[in-house]
Amino acid sequence: MTDLHATPPPPRQASSLRLLGTTALLALRAIRRHLLRSVLTVLGIVIGVFAVVTMVTLGKGATRSVHDQVSNLGANVLTVIPGTSQGRGGGGETPPPFKPEDLDAIRDQVAGVTAVAPIAQTTATAISNASNWSTTVKGTTDAYFDAQAWKLANGRYFTPQEEASGKSVCIVGKTVKDNLYPNRSPVGGSLLVGSVSCEVIGELALRGGGGFGQDIDDTVILPIKTVQRRFTGSRDISIIVVAADPAYDSADVQQSIAALLRERRSIRAGKLDDFTIFDSRQIADTLSGITGVLTAIVSAVAAISLLVGGIGIMNIMLVSVTERTREIGIRLAIGAVAREVMLQFLVEAVVLSCLGGLIGLVLALFTSIGLAKLIKVPFVFDPWTNLVAFLFSGLIGIVFGYFPARRAASLNPIDALRHE
Amino acid sequence: MTPVADPLIRLIGVTKRFGAGAAAFQALKGVDLDVEAGDFMAVMGPSGSGKSTTMNILGCLDVPTSGAFLFRGHHVESLGRDQRALLRRRYLGFVFQGFNLLARTTALENVELPLLYRGEDRWVRREMAMAALDKVGLADWAKHTPAELSGGQQQRVAIARAIVTHPDVLLADEPTGNLDSERSIEIMELLTDLNKTSGITVLMVTHEADMAAYARTVVHFRDGLVETIERKAA
Repeated sequence: MTDLHATPPPPRQASSLRLLGTTALLALRAIRRHLLRSVLTVLGIVIGVFAVVTMVTLGKGATRSVHDQVSNLGANVLTVIPGTSQGRGGGGETPPPFKPEDLDAIRDQVAGVTAVAPIAQTTATAISNASNWSTTVKGTTDAYFDAQAWKLANGRYFTPQEEASGKSVCIVGKTVKDNLYPNRSPVGGSLLVGSVSCEVIGELALRGGGGFGQDIDDTVILPIKTVQRRFTGSRDISIIVVAADPAYDSADVQQSIAALLRERRSIRAGKLDDFTIFDSRQIADTLSGITGVLTAIVSAVAAISLLVGGIGIMNIMLVSVTERTREIGIRLAIGAVAREVMLQFLVEAVVLSCLGGLIGLVLALFTSIGLAKLIKVPFVFDPWTNLVAFLFSGLIGIVFGYFPARRAASLNPIDALRHE
Repeated sequence: MTPVADPLIRLIGVTKRFGAGAAAFQALKGVDLDVEAGDFMAVMGPSGSGKSTTMNILGCLDVPTSGAFLFRGHHVESLGRDQRALLRRRYLGFVFQGFNLLARTTALENVELPLLYRGEDRWVRREMAMAALDKVGLADWAKHTPAELSGGQQQRVAIARAIVTHPDVLLADEPTGNLDSERSIEIMELLTDLNKTSGITVLMVTHEADMAAYARTVVHFRDGLVETIERKAA
């Protein structure tokens, strides 16, 4: 028999931690009971997180790729070409190409220049044994490999004698090597470039990209004298590549070169340059900026779907509260306090949205790996992007779960039990 | 000398008014009622007589408009929502006409539910829930969901859920209302047995005199007042 005079033990509430554990269990059971509805509920979050994370990941990959490709052109490299970047329609004469003397002047008179390389460029078909391959023929000096930080996979660079005498030797790019010598080293063999038979002395390592749709590895490089004599038939230089000392501001170096060339090309004050100087770093920064902005815009659009997903959760949770009115009544009658019912629904919303976030992250991971391969950008896994997206999905659960949870907790047990 | 013990439950001049102004409805007009510990009390009366309102107040689901409600000698008529919830959790068990089990949830998990709110550990929960299911003769059905159980079995699970916390009082609101007479008799026998062996106080609302016959005390309500109280000799 119970002792009737005993004081009822002071009504005790479970500790917060235990309460959370209990409600988490209840929430998981509730989610399992309504599996299909739960899946449909989180679909919005799944798609939202998936879209945002995929977009950001690919955007970061694209930014990295642009940056890599441009810096592949060489760090602190200025490229000088004849012609103006402002496309002035018609009327003008074709700007003259550069001469070897221009090169010497830049090397000797501009401060902060570490290397200057000329490029005389043309296209020709390279033939080895039975196969042929149309490619870009570049005439240059060893300084070019330096300036572009271009490594050899095999063989050697030009010797000063070869450069000075214009010997028929060549170094092939990776693409040419792969197409003409699929399974063997080209070094030591002979290659017919256009009508010139030359000895292959080196094979370049893969640079990749090159950017802007061109394959920088699709090239055969010969000493400049050889190209001038045997291909172009003039002393013209189509491109000057200048490596700047990192200690100098590349903008200053660019300005000095411009001033020098204006003088040498007798451009009067007030007239525009008839040549253009590209700064690799500037290009990299500009392009990275553009891809960054594009990524932000696309991500913002994707983020809207996250918001819609959150509203979806609220919607379903409200329906769920109505549909489960009787269940809430049972819980209240059994002795659940309002806080526990509220916490259960809140935890349900958070667990659901976090689950959705997690599924979205996994989908995004696989999709961005696949898409990155497809559009040829590097896959960049950024833990912060993933963490923030996950936490955000949890936050959505709290924000949009709060209102339905409060409604559930405020139900009157008698009415709730009577609810049909 | 043994003092005369306070009754487990004492209602003194309890009134309940719903609504306000002209639409107000006086459901209880001053109910005095003592429930002794260990009693099996049937509450009868036509609908609108105030029996359900009284049960809701006794079950701490509702509060009286005026009057006193003593539980174990303590005033509980003015407790707040959460305090009453904790009181229910600790001392009361409920059985409903419509069983009110959680769908798609096994009998065992249904019975465990009150223990979850009491913060019992997993193994304690399991053991107590199995013991309660055993008491109602459904130990073999622990893994079945309500949809796989007959009405009588569902009500047994509900009873197991109500007694799993060893409450002082079992409140049953027309527990046989949805069952055929054979199942009804089984349920009544189960309640009688629990009352006798566990000493649990049973308060039962019923329409049927057959069912009320199982009780030791029968209270009749009429027009918001207690009309008669019949006590059978023990």
